[in-house]
Amino acid sequence: MDNLQAIMPMLIVTLAAMATMLAEAFRRKDERMPIGGLGVIGLVGAIAAAGLLWDRNAVGFGVIQADNFSLFVTVVVAVIGLFTIMFSSEVVEREGIPSGEYYTLTLFSVVGMMMMASATDLLVIFIALEIMSIAVYVLTGIKRTDAAGTEASFKYFLLGSFSSAFFLYGIAFSYAVSGSTRLDALSTAIAQSASAPGPMVWLAMGLLLVGFAFKVSAVPFHMWTPDAYEGAPTVVTGFMSTGVKAAAVAAFLRVFLSAFEPLRGDWTQLLTWIAMLTMVVGTVVGVAQTNVKRMLAYSSIAHAGYLLAGIIAASAIGKSAVLFYLASYAVANVGAFGVIAFIATRERNTGELTDFTGLWYAKPMLAVLMAVFLLSLGGFPPMAGFIAKWYIFAAAVNEGFYTLAIVGVLTSVVSVFFYLRIVVMMFMSSNKAELEVPPFGIVGTLGLALAAIATFYLGILPTRLIDLATQSISTIF
Amino acid sequence: MTITPGHWLALSAALFTIGLIGVLVRRNLIIIFMAIELMLNAGNIALVTFSNLHQQVSGQVFALFVIAVAAAEAAVGLGIVLALYRNKETVNIDEITVMRW
Amino acid sequence: MVGTSVPLALIPLLPFAGFLFNGVFGRKVSKSVSGLVACLAVGGAFVVAALNVWSLVQQPVEQRIIEQTVFWWISSGDLQLPLQFRLDPLGALMVLVVSGIGTLIHVYSTAYMHEEADGEYARYFSYLNLFAAFMLVLVLGANFPVMFVGWEGVGLCSYLLIGFWFKKKSASDAGKKAFVVNRIGDFAFLIGMFMAFKEFGTLDFLAIAEKTTLYQPEVTFGLLSVMTLMFFVGATGKSAQIPLYVWLPDAMEGPTPVSALIHAATMVTAGVYMIGRNADLFSLAPQTMLIIATIGALTALMAATIGLVQNDIKRVLAYSTVSQLGYMFLAMGVGAFTGGIFHLYTHAFFKALMFLGSGAVIHALHGEQDMRKMGGLKQHLPITFWTFLMGTIAIAGVPPLAGFFSKDEILWKTFESGHTVLWVVGMITAFLTATYMFRLLYMTFYCEPKWAHSHGHGSHGHGSNVDHAHEAHLHDAPPAMAIPLMILAVGAVLAGLVGVPHALNGSNRIEAFLEPSFHPARAGATMFPGSTHAVPSPQADVAPAAGDHAAQAADTHGEMTVAPAVGGEHGLAPAGHGAEAAHADTATELGLMALSVVVALAGIGLATYFFKSNPQKADQVQQSFAGVHRVLLNKYYVDEFYDAVVVQPIKRTSERLLWKVVDAGVIDGAVNGTGFIVRTGGAIMRLVQTGSVRVYAASVFVGVLVVIGYYLAR
Repeated sequence: MDNLQAIMPMLIVTLAAMATMLAEAFRRKDERMPIGGLGVIGLVGAIAAAGLLWDRNAVGFGVIQADNFSLFVTVVVAVIGLFTIMFSSEVVEREGIPSGEYYTLTLFSVVGMMMMASATDLLVIFIALEIMSIAVYVLTGIKRTDAAGTEASFKYFLLGSFSSAFFLYGIAFSYAVSGSTRLDALSTAIAQSASAPGPMVWLAMGLLLVGFAFKVSAVPFHMWTPDAYEGAPTVVTGFMSTGVKAAAVAAFLRVFLSAFEPLRGDWTQLLTWIAMLTMVVGTVVGVAQTNVKRMLAYSSIAHAGYLLAGIIAASAIGKSAVLFYLASYAVANVGAFGVIAFIATRERNTGELTDFTGLWYAKPMLAVLMAVFLLSLGGFPPMAGFIAKWYIFAAAVNEGFYTLAIVGVLTSVVSVFFYLRIVVMMFMSSNKAELEVPPFGIVGTLGLALAAIATFYLGILPTRLIDLATQSISTIF
Repeated sequence: MTITPGHWLALSAALFTIGLIGVLVRRNLIIIFMAIELMLNAGNIALVTFSNLHQQVSGQVFALFVIAVAAAEAAVGLGIVLALYRNKETVNIDEITVMRW
Repeated sequence: MVGTSVPLALIPLLPFAGFLFNGVFGRKVSKSVSGLVACLAVGGAFVVAALNVWSLVQQPVEQRIIEQTVFWWISSGDLQLPLQFRLDPLGALMVLVVSGIGTLIHVYSTAYMHEEADGEYARYFSYLNLFAAFMLVLVLGANFPVMFVGWEGVGLCSYLLIGFWFKKKSASDAGKKAFVVNRIGDFAFLIGMFMAFKEFGTLDFLAIAEKTTLYQPEVTFGLLSVMTLMFFVGATGKSAQIPLYVWLPDAMEGPTPVSALIHAATMVTAGVYMIGRNADLFSLAPQTMLIIATIGALTALMAATIGLVQNDIKRVLAYSTVSQLGYMFLAMGVGAFTGGIFHLYTHAFFKALMFLGSGAVIHALHGEQDMRKMGGLKQHLPITFWTFLMGTIAIAGVPPLAGFFSKDEILWKTFESGHTVLWVVGMITAFLTATYMFRLLYMTFYCEPKWAHSHGHGSHGHGSNVDHAHEAHLHDAPPAMAIPLMILAVGAVLAGLVGVPHALNGSNRIEAFLEPSFHPARAGATMFPGSTHAVPSPQADVAPAAGDHAAQAADTHGEMTVAPAVGGEHGLAPAGHGAEAAHADTATELGLMALSVVVALAGIGLATYFFKSNPQKADQVQQSFAGVHRVLLNKYYVDEFYDAVVVQPIKRTSERLLWKVVDAGVIDGAVNGTGFIVRTGGAIMRLVQTGSVRVYAASVFVGVLVVIGYYLAR
């Protein structure tokens, strides 16, 4: 029973996903069914279960650990899933996306993300990664007739499995080092050889690093990101830009801060370069984009750089900063993609910058919400993004990573340029007539409102979440 | 001549390299896809080798899982390739570049 | 006590409520309602501020701090950040200036912006209210992050308001320029903030000031110098100093009341305020202080010379603002914090007055801004003329108007602290100031009217689409514009009287009032109101260990900056022998004061000769100095320099690199160099991001090789 407790959140979401699948199967052709509702129930259940498990530190089958850290990420991922489902109902209908498959895949990938965050065994991490990724590959290309969508899906799939192969090879080497796939065994083995690690250790560490770097889209493993984000249906982009990243960062943290902790000095050096490169490339290339989805894709690359900076500066502050950053980035980013999805129509759904011209005059509330999300992403006080960035950079400075902090501040200062470009487009253009925004329902509105409230809440009253993050991180490392 | 774990590892590394080169140089997307499968299986061979070295079954169990995962991936991958082919009427990877920059 | 019952948080919250109202309902209510709400919101803030300041001044000097924590913003582990407001004398002065002048300008705007459409009118007021809210947060914030909230917020509002008439390309370009320049400043500011957090472990101004007592002034260019320099770079961005001043003149593309409020009276002074707020910290970095003083003096001089030849009325005022801000930084740099803030305060009156006056002129002439097309308006716009005259005399430095006292205080302190060269620069600038301001006055209000022919230009400069028919009779400012003008004129005349120096048997109340704010950590112990002039010769006070530079920077506030070890001894004891020195100083001070009056009058005389009595002479001089004139008219070619050295090469390279030139679009202009640097980088990436999966896979593979190679090669 104890074993089952630990996987309760995942189990609930899995059941919800299966129920969704069945509902779709038994649905009559023209019957409208609120399938998304099942997902909402499952995700809310998962959040409740995570709440009940808090501080219990349940272990499932020796490979899943429901410590506070994984529960924190579980909740973040579940919230991302909730927002995604809330934004989806109109969009799914408008775009003609098969709703049963859509929700089922979303929920299964949420399961994968949760599992990734809580796994303490490389085998389980690999399987979780694949559960998540395969579902997201399909979600990316779920509009089968859409050329851009299938292309994006294909690219994402191909590069994703390419990097999985490296990841798997890395796991094989870690297995060679420790004779086990458990993280604690690996940790002991590496601690023993820390004075003179052999090539196997280096290979293991390097290849695992590559695998995670790919999933968080760090440079130079980022190139799939803009294409996949641009081609995917907008709600899916919002989902994968936040959920996949959260799960990957969580697993990254766990693997590198527990198993490879003895070699910290070695991997932080390399990761510092990767992080700085990621921030710079994401920002610099983002500035030149004219498509909002692509722009936000580069922005998410830059944000990956900030997250990596938090992992590098993994002091007590740094680690909780990463978790806080994940949460605040998630609400703002998923909200921004939600707005993009809402202003799109069936014909005009690519998310060009010009689509935002004069949004303030057509839909003032949407424009304001979008501005809130973007300013938060840009790190403007008093939105969540400011505190999050502040936290990360403060950690970096405190740990003596000055160059990293300077590059981070510089790029985030520059990045405001492209966020404000969109804001300016919305507020400073008078071609009111051109923009027709389709009506959207109460659920979507509610979702956006919640995301905006969360953005402000985390910016103005962040203490509670920071405390939770600190608590959750302190349970494991 | 006896076959040592070193040989198995060499086989695995060779397979991995072949797969890698396949991904990098081939243009037909089905072949690229197969090359990735090669890389995954190279990983399997390595796992089984190490399992043998450590005298433990967990590596072999892992390999079985990987085979299952690879099968799922193959199914999804072929589905995506099919959808892509319907849209683009090509399997040449250099022609699938609508989204760029 | 009346005031203490009114929470400080209400001061920024009221304008914020106004912003929400106009933002949400603005398009549904009439113009008069949205204007009224906006004015009431800021006016309410002023009332609350006044009540609080009233209760503040009731306190004895050493207890003059009202501190209110709204809530704990972040409180986790070693990071403790309250959202805290603190009102001390410095804050009190600032908050009154911001909310008071803000209210007047809101009232003025109701008339000035009346030709805008309903929605635009509400949009304007919502931005203006939001600006006021953020500015008040900036002023009241008790720690760096809260100040930064305001700092970023005012930048955002300034950006939105400069580009308010976004249909004008020049306006949106100017907005972008302001944005980019300010980002450079913000970057430095943030870095400084992180350094301060790392060094002091706190970001509260008071706590930092307390920690500074543990440090000696830096002899070398050390950590504190770098930190303060970072803050100063942040200040140069916001306060338009060399080399980041280029955005302010362009910011005049915004509506004139905005120029008055944001780009003259309040936001641009934020940098000065920030330095004053951290006076103790800056005092520890004499090298930075010297840089600040030098930059300030140079900016003052350079902007004044440019202002001398500009023909756009608002641009003259803009350069004048840059120049006066230079004065304030000069004061800060030589350690005359009171002088700098005093000038900030008087400047707010007369510069806001002159901007609003120029707005009235522009309004009357339907958008004409070129002074060469004005002239002879004295009879037609009497209210505007007389009020404007007050402002002009005030800025020129004629006693007993406001500008005289504050400017003289700065010049005296500069001289007293031994920065003779900077003092000379300051005097030259004072002369130029009088000249260019009276040139403006004469060209606008005297001489032959030249505006009758220029009506065809209509209102494009004004931004509204309403073009009045030709009218022989010009309308003077309507009441909503005239009343703020008159109030500000009174302020320009009288504001300086709070700071009459001791040399003139004044009590210099403002100095006594403000001084504790600059040395909060020591305020209780060593503060004697009005005693700074009786301080003995400065060198005696400074610990022998400190170098010459430290002595120079520390001297102006005498005992306050003395290292604690020697402070106790010297702080009180040598008062007697200080009295003689003070006596000799008084004579010098009076002499210099007379000199500066002479200089001001000379400047006015020069302007009168050339631009009133003998306008043709001015042309002759202009021709004989054609080269100089051209250089000045083109603002030393700084924009061109930036363009030629930074923008163009990058642009050319990037165009060559781009196989498809990026569409310039509405907001991608050519103005910002940063954009081009970034775009060049982007262009290189574009060559890689070809869309081909094989290239992407190759990139991953290269990454793998690098990672593995990095580890295996060691």
